[in-house]
Amino acid sequence: MTEPLLCVRDLRVGFVTETGRVQAADGVSFDVAPGEVLAIVGESGSGKSVTAQTIIGLTRSPNSRIAGSVRLRGAELIDAGDDELRKVRGEQIGMVFQDPMTSFNPVYRVGRQIVEAVRAHRRDIGNSEAREIAVEMLDSVGIPDPAQRIDDYPHEFSGGMRQRAMIAMALALEPELLIADEPTTALDVTVQAQILALLERLNRERGLATILITHDLGVVAEVADRVLVMYAGRVVEQGTLDEIFYDPQHPYTWGLLGSLTRIDRDRPERLPQISGAPPSLQSLPQGCPFRPRCPHEFDRCPELPGLDARLAEAPAHLDRCWLEPEEKRELRQVEGQIGLEAPK
Amino acid sequence: MARFVVRRLIGMVAVLFAVSVLTFLVFNVIPNSDPAQRMAGRAAKPELIATINEEWGFEDPLPQQYLTMMGKVFSGDLVSYKGRENVEERIVEGIPATVSLCLGAAVIWLFFGILFGYLSAVRAGGLLDRGLTVLAVTGISMPVFWLAAIFLNYLTYKTEIFPSGEYVEFTTDPLEWANHLILPWITLAILYVGFYSRVLRSSMLDVMNEDYVRTARAKGLSERRVMSRHVMRNSLIPIVTLFGLDFGALLGGAILIEAIFSLNGVGQYAYESLQSLDLPPIMAIVLYGAFFVVLLNTLVDIAYAYLDPRIRLGTSAQ
Amino acid sequence: MSVDGPKSDDIGDIQTHRPELLLEVADLVKHFPVKRGLVFDREVDQVRAVDGVSFSVARGETLGLVGESGSGKSTLARTVLQLLEPSSGSVRFEGREIAGLSRRAMRPLRREMQMVFQDPYASLNPRKRVGQIVGEPLLLQGVARGAALRREVQELLARVGLAAEHYDRFPHEFSGGQRQRIGIARAIALRPKLIVADEPVSALDVSIRAQIVNLLADLQEELELTYIFVAHDIGIVRHVSDRIAVMHEGKIVEEGPADQVCDQPRDAYTKQLLAAVPIPDPREARSRRRAVRPS
Repeated sequence: MTEPLLCVRDLRVGFVTETGRVQAADGVSFDVAPGEVLAIVGESGSGKSVTAQTIIGLTRSPNSRIAGSVRLRGAELIDAGDDELRKVRGEQIGMVFQDPMTSFNPVYRVGRQIVEAVRAHRRDIGNSEAREIAVEMLDSVGIPDPAQRIDDYPHEFSGGMRQRAMIAMALALEPELLIADEPTTALDVTVQAQILALLERLNRERGLATILITHDLGVVAEVADRVLVMYAGRVVEQGTLDEIFYDPQHPYTWGLLGSLTRIDRDRPERLPQISGAPPSLQSLPQGCPFRPRCPHEFDRCPELPGLDARLAEAPAHLDRCWLEPEEKRELRQVEGQIGLEAPK
Repeated sequence: MARFVVRRLIGMVAVLFAVSVLTFLVFNVIPNSDPAQRMAGRAAKPELIATINEEWGFEDPLPQQYLTMMGKVFSGDLVSYKGRENVEERIVEGIPATVSLCLGAAVIWLFFGILFGYLSAVRAGGLLDRGLTVLAVTGISMPVFWLAAIFLNYLTYKTEIFPSGEYVEFTTDPLEWANHLILPWITLAILYVGFYSRVLRSSMLDVMNEDYVRTARAKGLSERRVMSRHVMRNSLIPIVTLFGLDFGALLGGAILIEAIFSLNGVGQYAYESLQSLDLPPIMAIVLYGAFFVVLLNTLVDIAYAYLDPRIRLGTSAQ
Repeated sequence: MSVDGPKSDDIGDIQTHRPELLLEVADLVKHFPVKRGLVFDREVDQVRAVDGVSFSVARGETLGLVGESGSGKSTLARTVLQLLEPSSGSVRFEGREIAGLSRRAMRPLRREMQMVFQDPYASLNPRKRVGQIVGEPLLLQGVARGAALRREVQELLARVGLAAEHYDRFPHEFSGGQRQRIGIARAIALRPKLIVADEPVSALDVSIRAQIVNLLADLQEELELTYIFVAHDIGIVRHVSDRIAVMHEGKIVEEGPADQVCDQPRDAYTKQLLAAVPIPDPREARSRRRAVRPS
């Protein structure tokens, strides 16, 4: 097994708010191998974005309480000093955010913002050389006529172009890891397809490792190698792409998969639905957080299940559910939610 | 740009027209404002009043009187009722004092307003922020005339640290110029320092939550650079608007301060003319003030387009 | 429901009108002028948001209107409901021309056609209680008041899956899905015939979307509603719609039965749109990627 590029262990992020403390991420652990695409899937409040931002220290504030360990090639980032962290950001880990409309500063030209990113780390690179790098990067993410467009303001770019430029900026210093937080959620489907293809190409050509944060399992199926499913601040299931899609172990994952619409299949009479709403982080149920919405709740559920390997044949496929694997496979068939064949 | 300038010029003419008509009408409806009566003095003979009316045309229909007055305003022949001085000359005499007062005060209030606002925002919620908040609110709530009186009492009459105002030409003696203006500057600036620091603080706190500030951090910029390049630059935009409006209004005459410190500027002239209900100088000063307000507003809009490239001058928003 | 609508004045039209059609839109145009000029504004150009659109919706069916941002689908929805004044063209509701009707003349028709909005956060007045929000149309149209109004509203809340005790709460006390239920309760309060839903689920969490889609389907059956379902997500649109109209640059480029549009698209843009939809099935996705990727 290759040595992991990023190693997150027992990450806990809490926020002190006016109405009490909120545990946004609670004991999150995972690895990212070099060149791997890891998808973190969840809804609002699942803690997926908080987890991603904490990796490069963006959640640090007087109101946040952060514990656990985040190691990048062995170097601890959780208690790293501001200067040390600053060197990691942009140079070793690039980050792209959801809304390309608001993620560029509207008052500076696109090129200048990329040059700024380059020169923040490489003082030895002059303005004109940094500009050449920016043009090259814009070209490599598929922006036509980059030498001209580099002097445009962000509002002169379309949404898809802006997200390409964001990616170019995040990758200007050739980091090994890209964190993409809902990078296509604000985009049209046709543009989303282009951005996903771009991410896939960067991964293939440069061996760029990626953490992709998303709520959309369709996007996950297109690009991910491994998947982490988060719910109410915890990882509830984790495994390879095929394990999660063809042998899902957690009822929440079943619900997510079941409620997807597929244009390549006959449509069901009724969309299978998960009842209820995601819980408030301030009043989590005791034990399994999915318990109030789960149709299969039984007497063990008030105790929180650990994130364990429960399948002998797949030791890296982890989940947090007390049901026996055979039971799960049966329940899932009976409910007919999955709509996907079992793995071969 | 041409479209913008043309429209602004038209707008300026419209504003000046409206302001002058209003001033003229107000003057003619307030009681005890009959200029002939006032010029003739108490217990004047009716013949004298008739002569004055004849000479100044006070019996003419109002539109006629208005047009005559406006004609004189723009030809520079306007003469005051009281003392019969040339109004334009008096205003031009007052301009150096008024401009000195405003410029100096503006430098002080911008410097401290921005400094305090920045420190409050960066340390939001902390002790420094709370202290500055108290200071700012105190500054905003102190009436200017009261503050001026306190300063004059303690710093001038009792201890004689500063002179009691009165304007000294810069060309005569720069040191004395500054020495005489320090108290008026500080008095005038205190209100604005409080106000501007509050506006900048809230504007910075808004900007700090913007996505692009997070982007700036994520690409590895130092905190100082994030603050100066991304937070400050974008937070100053509302300050520019405020400053344009405030500074334009003050150039029209800082009436209270000038009167209290006897600076003999445009504001003090306005104060004296108002007391004697002397329409020609009032009219001229009002127009002069309105001109600066409109002009500074236009400059603000141009600055805006420069500061925020998304704004295009002269295209109507959809 | 009683059918004493405003038909008597328009006998000639009713005779030529096919009774099963609730809504007929013909050659509808909505242009926004672009104005410029040195002193006075002149119209120098137009944004053709809706550019000659024709379609019809039969009673009880769901028409899906799909398109990307800027396609004009939301403008079309608003123009059909006369929330925007059409530049030209015809909108017939139950055979009666409503395009260009005055506000006054529209008022009795408003209760027949309601709208559900994308953002349940923005479309509910935060200072009003749920009971007031849902009851307001009933009160305004003079349908009910006092205790009868309260009963009616509680019945509506139950119908959309909320509890009677939610009556006195404020919108901020609800989750996104519940807020959308409140918006739906308000829309059905006056028993409309037509509901235009503009991106009703795109702001919601994935696990909530199916609930709202199913709720809309249940209400359609119970209340014999006709829907125009506007969305950018062709997967959801296909699930809810009987027929789909694909919009692109202000025009409907393809229209037909939902399955036919999705399985055998004829228009190039529709094909492009369908090809871009991610398939939540890794093996399918892989094989499709292999097929598409140039060497």
